[in-house]
Amino acid sequence: MILAIASGKGGTGKTTVAVNLARAVSCLPAKGSHTAVHFVDCDVEEPNAGLFLHPEIVQQREVGVLVPDIDLRRCTYCGRCAEVCQYNAIAVVQQKVLFFPELCHGCGSCTLNCPEGAIAERLRVTGVIEWGTAEGALSFAQGTLNVGEAMAGPVIRQLKQWAIPRRTRRALVILDAPPGTACPVVEALSGCDMALMVTEPTPFGLHDLRLAVQVARDELGLPVAVVINRDGVGDSGVEDYCTSEGIPVLLRIPMDRRIAEAYSDGKLVVDAIPEYRTRFQELYQRIKQGAAS
Amino acid sequence: MKQLVVLSGKGGTGKTSVTAALAHLAAREAPIVVADADVDAANLELVLQPTQVEEHAFISGSLAVVDAALCTTCGQCEEVCRFDAVVAGEESYRIEPVACEGCASCFHQCPVQAIHLEPRQSGQWYRSETPYGPLFHAHLFAGQENSGKLVTLVKQQARLWALDHKVGCLLVDGPPGIGCPVISASAGADLALLVVEPTVSGVHDLQRIHATTEHFRVPSAVLVNKADLNPRRAKEIKSFCSEHGVLIVGHVPFDTVVTEAMVQGQPVTAYADGLVSRALQRVWRKLRGQLIS
Repeated sequence: MILAIASGKGGTGKTTVAVNLARAVSCLPAKGSHTAVHFVDCDVEEPNAGLFLHPEIVQQREVGVLVPDIDLRRCTYCGRCAEVCQYNAIAVVQQKVLFFPELCHGCGSCTLNCPEGAIAERLRVTGVIEWGTAEGALSFAQGTLNVGEAMAGPVIRQLKQWAIPRRTRRALVILDAPPGTACPVVEALSGCDMALMVTEPTPFGLHDLRLAVQVARDELGLPVAVVINRDGVGDSGVEDYCTSEGIPVLLRIPMDRRIAEAYSDGKLVVDAIPEYRTRFQELYQRIKQGAAS
Repeated sequence: MKQLVVLSGKGGTGKTSVTAALAHLAAREAPIVVADADVDAANLELVLQPTQVEEHAFISGSLAVVDAALCTTCGQCEEVCRFDAVVAGEESYRIEPVACEGCASCFHQCPVQAIHLEPRQSGQWYRSETPYGPLFHAHLFAGQENSGKLVTLVKQQARLWALDHKVGCLLVDGPPGIGCPVISASAGADLALLVVEPTVSGVHDLQRIHATTEHFRVPSAVLVNKADLNPRRAKEIKSFCSEHGVLIVGHVPFDTVVTEAMVQGQPVTAYADGLVSRALQRVWRKLRGQLIS
């Protein structure tokens, strides 16, 4: 099962829920009905899960975008490449080809359309993906977008291809998604079996939860469920919305300064406050029931 | 005209609450223009009580469409698509809109011209009136591409308005992360205010957002939000800032009044006159000094 932890609004506790769930499940004696737990941090702009799970990284790989590599000896400056590029990443002026790497999406259309076969491809590195293990025999992977790079999508796509096992029926893959509702979120959520939305009971939380549900449930067709974090602050808008939309609320984490303090120091709640280990294991049972029904 | 952008790297550190307060404080002294550059999850409108004056479609990029009557199911489109957007159907191939990046590779490769490109509306942008001045904001449709372009458009409209009406200050609420919409939000800014919380993730993400603003040569200043949550991490922020020559413009304590103000749909400085509001007033005075100097 591939479970995405998402949110819409940033800072609602996605990473908190993801890392604590991963630790709670990976410490179960028989790991429930799943044999292995894989953690994949897809928030490549701000990957933070590693700060809590302290993985030992054993493999690393550079990833990025396949960009054109133009052989000027064969180029006739016909301009076909510039014509087919939808992103204005290539311009041909007289006897010059100008290429703007940061605009290139790596679609490969210029290579396919060059009548001289003068365009090969090379990898333009925009990030790195890493794999290792963490306590509780947890498999851990993360991607990091290089500073100054605009496109998170390719890093997320390659991270998922690399880190998610082919067969996931007997495994639990916990995927920490980026905030927002734009293309990086779609990249992270596509192919998942369920999206668990972490929200806070405030007007900002509700507004962004609605948008995140639109992406996950309405656009991608995933079953969704909600975790309410900092329960007790704000208002009842999120509860009312979940009831009217028929979205199950699987866990309520109260507004508790102890949790905020544990988080601020990079500690897992399931370690700092033992009763939460059971609560996160129960959350896992509810997720499995939800997925089965 | 001076342009101040509020960023954070990590989501949920209080960017929007801070921006709303600054809008309230700044507008008491001189006219301002406000832009919400978080187009995936625009929240500023929830606290600035906007009245919409203009609404425009955001048309950007294109979407490939297969004409089922012409498709011979040869599969070339699927082969060339690098975004897994081409799906084999019973009688013809079809394009999955959320995955399509509009690169036109399939359009060029289709041997029977069964594919055409359609312009794509991926959002809307608005001009609204608020008690604090005009607000330029937008909604990117769920799961769409090109959030950076929409951010650029919103900011451009806000700038033009400011120039036409001789307004001296543009205040921009930025998105989380370090990728494409953040780069667009900070382009041309005179100062980036980085809202940081004293947590392990907050400190980690400060390093990445600061490196990003440095990369694009935007000067930055730091506001430590929820400053009393973890004194040790607050100290780490302080030493990072002194090491990198970044001015700390203030510390705002952790207080539920911020959430209460949000529930009431008001900037916190307009809602209450406590420790938080006074801290934000000091922050604004310092920022004003920075912007003038």
